[in-house]
Amino acid sequence: MVSVVYEAPDSIDGAISLLANADVPAKVLAGGTDLIIQTNGSADVSRLFVDVKKIAGMLDANLSAEGLDLGPSMSCAEFTAREDIKKVFPGLVEAAYLIGSTQVQGRASIGGNLCNSSPAADTIPALLVNGAQCVIAGPGGERSVAAEDFMTGVGRNCMEKGELLKTIHLPTPAANTSDAYLRFIPRTEMDIAVAGAGVSLTLDDSGTCIAAKVAIGAVAPTALLVSAAADALIGTKLDDDALQAAADAASAASSPISDRRGTAGYRKQIVGVLVKRAAKIAATRAKGN
Amino acid sequence: MAKTHVTTSINGEPQEFLCEPGDTLLDVLRNDLNMTGTKEGCGSGDCGACSVTLNGRLVCSCLVLGVEVEGAEVGTIEGVSSGDGLHVIQEKFLEHAALQCGICTPGIIVSTKALLEENPNPTEEEARYYLAGNLCRCTGYDKIIRAVMDSAETLRGGA
Ligand SMILES: Cc1cc2nc3c(=O)[nH]c(=O)nc-3n(C[C@H](O)[C@H](O)[C@H](O)COP(=O)(O)OP(=O)(O)OC[C@H]3O[C@@H](n4cnc5c(N)ncnc54)[C@H](O)[C@@H]3O)c2cc1C
Ligand code: FES
Ligand code: FES
Repeated sequence: MVSVVYEAPDSIDGAISLLANADVPAKVLAGGTDLIIQTNGSADVSRLFVDVKKIAGMLDANLSAEGLDLGPSMSCAEFTAREDIKKVFPGLVEAAYLIGSTQVQGRASIGGNLCNSSPAADTIPALLVNGAQCVIAGPGGERSVAAEDFMTGVGRNCMEKGELLKTIHLPTPAANTSDAYLRFIPRTEMDIAVAGAGVSLTLDDSGTCIAAKVAIGAVAPTALLVSAAADALIGTKLDDDALQAAADAASAASSPISDRRGTAGYRKQIVGVLVKRAAKIAATRAKGN
Repeated sequence: MAKTHVTTSINGEPQEFLCEPGDTLLDVLRNDLNMTGTKEGCGSGDCGACSVTLNGRLVCSCLVLGVEVEGAEVGTIEGVSSGDGLHVIQEKFLEHAALQCGICTPGIIVSTKALLEENPNPTEEEARYYLAGNLCRCTGYDKIIRAVMDSAETLRGGA
């Protein structure tokens, strides 16, 4: 059993100093839905948990003219209940709603999903297509990293010792913009994505796509933005040929593994199907905005 | 390692306990407070047998640390019925024979109560999605869902 030391600082500076000065492996504790399980199975003798949920702002979400400033540790249950956020970022909300069960969503956070940096993390493609910026606080001050540069590999990210994720910022989308996220799992609930796709689209008054972002999950070591798929949509009215071209570009950009959830070939194919379907949903939503 | 002193509220009653910082709320309830109504199925968030409410939100007590409930309000199966009688949901589970071995039942009843507080008039589909994190290896779910839907109707009628 791992011997745990628990601290619950009430300030970012307090958390940074605990994390920076720890002489045992130190972990930020948000909802704990990944961390507690990983600790049970870990070979570490001792671990420091720095619970960040008592720090002001970590559990809040503020939607303003500048966009969404999301406290990274807000539970998915609280996040998905926010009708104001759902109107602006329905795809991110639906991604958060897919995490685990009602019980898991009662604790799991979007910041934890991002920092755990699993290739299959459901909220990451939705963050990527919304141009999320990760505000990281550490001993040297604050820095802001684009979500697509945050993950560096399977379960790895750009944060250094002593750093923590303080805010996730999503800029306000342009007019007539919306997003969608879809994943494929073998059952209807409680499973990990075999493949996932997030799409954000901006349409003009004639219904032509004038801006797009496409991200794929669970088909590469990290979630990826696929600019070739976005380019296939921009300038089109999202006709079947354009959607197929985007799907093909997403499949081509993927480099999935084969495991018991699906073969590499299967994943490559369905990630394209998901891109098509998510693009259609995002387009319908963008027309309503 | 020194144990940590925690002050909390369980089922509306003030409660204090000592625990190791790595102990889960489930460990504390069962081993230290002798509240064994909350069950352990998997210990990894998959089965829902350990469901409790934390500040009104449904959670898996196997994924919460005991030290995290300092100052919080915890609700367990032991607090579902007030007084000596059974809660309507408990009565309906008996009436519909919605349990066999019973290990999943406390978690499902706690979850059903949380569901009906959030949404007193769920569709069957909404009820099934809400309870998807509560696994039952015995009943095949049909009787559980009937008990849940009947509880909802009865509670609405009685309100
Ligand atoms: C039964 C079950 C089902 C699940 N289903 C899904 C699913 O369908 N899709 C999915 O994507 N995930 C799923 N998960 C995984 C998990 O719930 C999510 O990844 C969740 O979002 C993690 O959030 P958390 O707040 O619990 O993170 P924690 O467990 O608290 O933290 C996760 C990691 O991130 C670090 N961390 C957290 N917050 C910060 C911060 N602010 N700064 C720096 N580091 C930080 C922690 O140190 C840890 O390494 C499931 C988990 C369970 C138990
Ligand atoms: S014991 Fe907690 S979910 Fe199974
Ligand atoms: S009654 Fe046995 S697991 Fe549900």
